Amino acid sequence: MIEVRDLKKSFGTHDILDGVSFRIEKGESVVIIGRSGGGKSVLLKHLIGLLKPDAGQVLIEGEDIVPMNERELLRVRRKFGMLFQSAALFDSMTVAENVGFAFRRERSLPPEEIRRKVAEVLEMVDLPGTEDKKPSELSGGMRKRVGLARAIIYRPEIVLYDEPTTGLDPIVSDSIDQLILRVRDRLAVTTVVVTHDMRSARRLGQRILMLHNQQIYVTGTPDEIFNSQDPVVRRFVEGVSDPKERNLT
Amino acid sequence: MNSRGNKWMAEWLEGLGRLTLLAKESVASLLTIQITWRDLLYQVYFTGVKSQSVVLITGAFTGMVLGAQTYFQFHKVKMDTATLAVVSITMCSELGPVLTGLMVAGRVGAAIAAEVGTMRVTEQIDALRTLATHPVDYLVVPRLLALHIALPLLTAEAIAVGIGAGYLVGVHLLGIDPTYSWYNMLRYTSSSDVVVGLIKGLLYGGIVALIGCYKGLYCGEGAEGVGRATTEAVVYSSITILICNFFLTLALGAIFHTT
Repeated sequence: MIEVRDLKKSFGTHDILDGVSFRIEKGESVVIIGRSGGGKSVLLKHLIGLLKPDAGQVLIEGEDIVPMNERELLRVRRKFGMLFQSAALFDSMTVAENVGFAFRRERSLPPEEIRRKVAEVLEMVDLPGTEDKKPSELSGGMRKRVGLARAIIYRPEIVLYDEPTTGLDPIVSDSIDQLILRVRDRLAVTTVVVTHDMRSARRLGQRILMLHNQQIYVTGTPDEIFNSQDPVVRRFVEGVSDPKERNLT
Repeated sequence: MNSRGNKWMAEWLEGLGRLTLLAKESVASLLTIQITWRDLLYQVYFTGVKSQSVVLITGAFTGMVLGAQTYFQFHKVKMDTATLAVVSITMCSELGPVLTGLMVAGRVGAAIAAEVGTMRVTEQIDALRTLATHPVDYLVVPRLLALHIALPLLTAEAIAVGIGAGYLVGVHLLGIDPTYSWYNMLRYTSSSDVVVGLIKGLLYGGIVALIGCYKGLYCGEGAEGVGRATTEAVVYSSITILICNFFLTLALGAIFHTT
């Protein structure tokens, strides 16, 4: 279970989050939507302790991770897997080395067992036989799949996705969405997705949170959000720019 | 002091504080984590073995020019056979470690800052952290340890090659008597001169690794940030080595009675 209480974050004089609070239950699938540059990725990084807030609490299974130092956070992060917007694969390593990285560092398993687990998880993300490829040889969609394989190989309880379909064509985006659903159902993980792709949001979320003006503006089921009559929500769902902004550009 | 000066001072102090914390975290990590020998050997190969050519060329030509210049001055007062002694002491305690440190700062310090900086801007360091790996354990410690091993060895090579090159120039090109030159060199060079050089090499290895990693870990965004981090790593490492060299010469001289 994840709980965020009155989270505040600013970079210099620019406020990014100003009193964000929400709660995500175990096994739930939540999508956070909002404008580009609105602080969605910053919020996601707070959930795993990659960023420290200026104020507020982030509770993971009741434990506040904000006061923890980097070494204490390593223990909490074992519960998480994260897929980055750019996949963030280690470019000097092969696919197998990337995916098996956590086990190789821990040295808790023999090499043959790590190879077996890597092959198994690559099979799950529909990339069997790519163990010896380098990240530079992979397409954008394949990189995301390898990133996801690396995030789920050690069976985390919570998987965070930062803009999983950004920069991908609609067909590859659809296959990534299907993969996220497959991982959620097979591994029974809590899923948190940050996106501004409304098609993905509708498909992936049991609940949608909308970040607007540095706060959670609205929360609801996909149907509630898509049928909302609130002008801010409507504009975002329909992809219509604010007339004031139109005059500025 | 004006506001710009205050800002510069605050940034400088913040940087110094972060560097100190990184050094503390690295030492704590070094004492507690299990070293991955494969990573360490690769770093020793990259920082040490691959730096040999540049260090050997620097050592050889520095020894040669030092031998020639010392001879030109000493010849005026008929002290030709003291030339090699001056070359030897200078190479051991000053030029060997300092030039090796500067060359390694240029080659390895820049590479460390660029590699770690690129990992930072492409979120690879954040990915490491999400995989329950501390960046200091994985990125800093192997590089720090490798440079602590490699730089004294490279310094020893530079010293040996510099003295050998100085001998060749002095004896075979300028015609100094080889027997007296050799005798004077052994007479005036003590083992503590060599030890001072190796201790300096050890410390300069730490300076290059820590500043390179620090600049990479805290580099700015994008290609410009990585470029600036790389340049600053070389400049700050070089300046730190030159400043430290003065104080180390006084401190180690007092300890080993070489002054």
